[in-house]
Amino acid sequence: MATLPPTQRFASEGSGRGKQFLARTVLYATAVIFSLFAFIPFAWMIMTMFKTNNDLYNPRNNPFLYNDPPTLSNLDLLWNDTSFRTFIFNTFLIALVVMAVTVIIVVPAAYSLVRLAGRWGSNLGILIFLVYLVPPTLLFIPLTGVVADLGLQNSKWSMALVYPTFTIPFCTWLMMGFMRSVPWEIEEQAMIDGYSRIGAIWRTVIPVSIPGILTVVIFSFTLTLHEFVYSLAFVQSSGEKTVSVGVFTELIRGDVFFWQSLMAAAALVAIPVALLYNYFLDRFIAGFTLGAVKG
Amino acid sequence: MAIVETRKITKEFDGGAVKVVKDIDIKTVDGEFLVLLGPSGCGKTTLLRMIGGLEHPTSGQILIADQVVNHLPPRARQIAMVFQSYALYPHMNVKGNIAFPLKAANIDKEEQKRRVDWAAGILGIDHLLDRKPRQLSGGQRQRVALARALVREPNVFLLDEPLSNLDAQRRASARDELQRFQHEIGTTTIYVTHDQVEAMGMGHRIAVIEGGTVRQIGTPRDIYEDPADTFVATFLGSPPMNLIPRGDELIGFRPENFHLAPDGGVDSSTSLSFKLTSIREEYLGSEKLVYGELEGERTVARMAANADVPAAEGGEVTLFVDNADLRVFDRESGLRKESAPATIATGSGS
Ligand SMILES: Nc1ncnc2c1ncn2[C@@H]1O[C@H](COP(=O)(O)OP(=O)(O)OP(=O)(O)O)[C@@H](O)[C@H]1O
Ligand SMILES: [Mg+2]
Repeated sequence: MATLPPTQRFASEGSGRGKQFLARTVLYATAVIFSLFAFIPFAWMIMTMFKTNNDLYNPRNNPFLYNDPPTLSNLDLLWNDTSFRTFIFNTFLIALVVMAVTVIIVVPAAYSLVRLAGRWGSNLGILIFLVYLVPPTLLFIPLTGVVADLGLQNSKWSMALVYPTFTIPFCTWLMMGFMRSVPWEIEEQAMIDGYSRIGAIWRTVIPVSIPGILTVVIFSFTLTLHEFVYSLAFVQSSGEKTVSVGVFTELIRGDVFFWQSLMAAAALVAIPVALLYNYFLDRFIAGFTLGAVKG
Repeated sequence: MAIVETRKITKEFDGGAVKVVKDIDIKTVDGEFLVLLGPSGCGKTTLLRMIGGLEHPTSGQILIADQVVNHLPPRARQIAMVFQSYALYPHMNVKGNIAFPLKAANIDKEEQKRRVDWAAGILGIDHLLDRKPRQLSGGQRQRVALARALVREPNVFLLDEPLSNLDAQRRASARDELQRFQHEIGTTTIYVTHDQVEAMGMGHRIAVIEGGTVRQIGTPRDIYEDPADTFVATFLGSPPMNLIPRGDELIGFRPENFHLAPDGGVDSSTSLSFKLTSIREEYLGSEKLVYGELEGERTVARMAANADVPAAEGGEVTLFVDNADLRVFDRESGLRKESAPATIATGSGS
């Protein structure tokens, strides 16, 4: 914030107030528009999931209101008549494995590229990132061969195997950014203070990189959660499907769309995840490394 | 306690493209406070990092307590180091930072606490033990870094400009504390600075470094009064030594060696006279600096505040310097020559 000397503040008050008011208005208007933009799909989703068929499909009804009393039958359909619970279990199991594999590979990879590989390391990081940009629609054909060779067709483990191929490049690049901001002297200081290089990394670089590691966890989780092409290609039986493909294949039967249950499925996954992100982001991302070195 | 010695150590970066440290030979005395003094970028930090084991010398040997340590990792060298940037652990509080080297050495909790309290007491940071580094001022961070070095009872202290971030007053008192502390525990200390006042005041000996080589090692008095070359002569002292060319020599003397002719006249066999054309005068209270031109060279004289020297521009005055205060340097190489009174006498302007 600008702190003007008192005289100046006084002088600029007349026109300043008008301008300030305008700036505020624009700011709030923008914020409101963006909030609505983010909020409306959620609201629509939640509203739809409790509507009866009659209510939803009658074009004469006001779509913003419940014209019939809300019902839980759509949730019941989703929960009891589809494999939704299995989908969720599969999704989280795969996500957990993918997250673990990603973190275990990405942290040492980013460290080595930033710290040990000199000037080549940084450029290599960008090359690795470019791998992420190769579309899965191109890669799933050769990868199908790999999955088949390993005997993982129609198994959720095929996804646990394949997903790291896109989480690792992206997250390595992401982690390199975080690692670059770690003050290296603290690692050297730990070596002076009596630890080996590995010990020093474990006690300084890793704890200071926790916001980065959490970001990697969040990203690999997100990428796993919304991945569609591979899981559609590799898995056919309900028991092995993830949410993104399972819900889509079981709740769209021919030309019949179970809109309310589809919406319920989306909301049940999206809302807890959104709350979780919010909690983590607030808690960990800000100002973690301040104060390590002067200036 | 230990003696630190470097034998012809050299450090090159980028595959030999940059030579940062060149054949440096330094040997401390046990328990000595040795200051490395030099301009920014001369290789002081690099030299210190090699002694600490954070950088491998390109060639040469490093010895600590008569043992070659080139191949030893930092943790095996039993040193404590304070980085130019403090390098506090941002995720630990002050207590955790200071206790860190003790934890590494598996010292028991009781003893850890005792030593942390002791070091924090010495440095006056007992009230900050539960804070995180980001909640400290620059000076407080510096003291935490010092405390972390003190708790270890190391063989050697390596301190890289540890006082640079303190304000003038704090710096003076920290300098005093540090010196007293070092004297008490008698641990060999290598202290890097580019501040000549700090170097003169603190060091048992000073090593003046420039361009990756040691120009001179000696006591502050040696360095000031008998500089080995023109770099040392002009790097120390403020204002620096005057250098007047005479043939293929440079005649050097300190601004305070100028004096006016005493009442009894001047014995020209024991002193040299110069005509100084005054340009400007700087009044400093107890004394004044007279900036002028002498045989075409910019020259400074430090005189008593009431000395009878023309203040106006263009005023001329004859000043004398005792032969004993003259230092002669080779003009080509800048190296010190044994003073040769004959040359001085023939070149005399009087
Ligand atoms: N890793 C490196 N690669 C290439 N050059 C380096 C490297 N580290 C240091 N240098 C160069 O070596 C020279 C000496 O650096 P050093 O940090 O030792 O200087 P210094 O005397 O400590 O200076 P200051 O007083 O500013 O701290 C500098 O010119 C620096 O650019
Ligand atoms: Mg330095």
